[in-house]
Amino acid sequence: MSPAPPTRRRELWSGCLDELPILLGVVPFGMIYGLLAIRAGLPTLVAQAMSSIVFAGSAQFIAAQLILERSPGLVVVLTVLVVNLRHLLYSAAMAPRLRHLGLRWKCLLAYLLTDEAYAVIATRCLRDEARPEAAVSPHRHWYFLGAGLTLWVSWQVSTAVGVLLGAQVPAAWSLDFTLALTFIALVFPYLRDRAGLAAALSAGALSVLAYGLPYKLGLVLAALAGIGVGLAAERRRA
Amino acid sequence: MSWLPALLAAGLVTFATRLSFIALLGRREPPPVVVRALRFVPPAVLSAIILPEMLVRDGVLRPTLDNPRLLAGVVAAVVAWRSRNVLLTIAVGMGALWALQALGLR
Repeated sequence: MSPAPPTRRRELWSGCLDELPILLGVVPFGMIYGLLAIRAGLPTLVAQAMSSIVFAGSAQFIAAQLILERSPGLVVVLTVLVVNLRHLLYSAAMAPRLRHLGLRWKCLLAYLLTDEAYAVIATRCLRDEARPEAAVSPHRHWYFLGAGLTLWVSWQVSTAVGVLLGAQVPAAWSLDFTLALTFIALVFPYLRDRAGLAAALSAGALSVLAYGLPYKLGLVLAALAGIGVGLAAERRRA
Repeated sequence: MSWLPALLAAGLVTFATRLSFIALLGRREPPPVVVRALRFVPPAVLSAIILPEMLVRDGVLRPTLDNPRLLAGVVAAVVAWRSRNVLLTIAVGMGALWALQALGLR
């Protein structure tokens, strides 16, 4: 006899708990976003609203900069789209695991599907795959909800703290550089093979060369070109 | 309130990328070329953001050794490469930047 599957509440709770360690990196990032958004001149309401409407750290950093530069709305939306394209990958990975759920659950979990929630959820799914299919809890989506909600709440709160502190942190601290530093840490796992390296180097170089283009169009063009270079490099090796 | 439509649309496209395959292809795998292209999205987007942050200051290209952000970024990259630890990378990178600024580099 296999033991009874965990209850919904147990699943929800263990999702919350498993998300906790990752908050160590998320909370400072949220505070820094709030700080920067305010220091750069975004109204309090806009800075905070973006955290619940967009709910994607890196895209929020970029969008705040673009709004400040008075970029056209279309440019803001396009840039956010390119920066968030990687979520397509998470969505594809989650799709078979959420197939049995109704649309409302799918929408809710999709809204909560950030890098950090996905990291925790993917680890759980990897654990499940090592077990027979019948042993996988029927309430697993409550675990996903727990992980996603924990991240959501801490993102809103840490953003609010940053927004409140915003005006008191001097520009000389150069806290905006933490964005680049975070991304430096995040990019390395993708550079293990030659195609990934080619995509990164070409996108980076193009982005520097095209920096003079208005509204960060250079960023969007360089990212798209880098994806193309990566594909081409992979095909040449195949 | 002129930013509001853009903000809502930005939220909508973000939500759309997250919902995409969950809603549409619940019973099918995405086409292989899409999966292959998606693999290159993070390295391309991230480095397209990183390199200008290190190399361009106030609209001027500064690939020189008196650019503190370039030096601190290189130090951080070594830490990221060896440790794969986000918090450590941020801590060492900011420490390096502050040290270089204290030495007078701007």
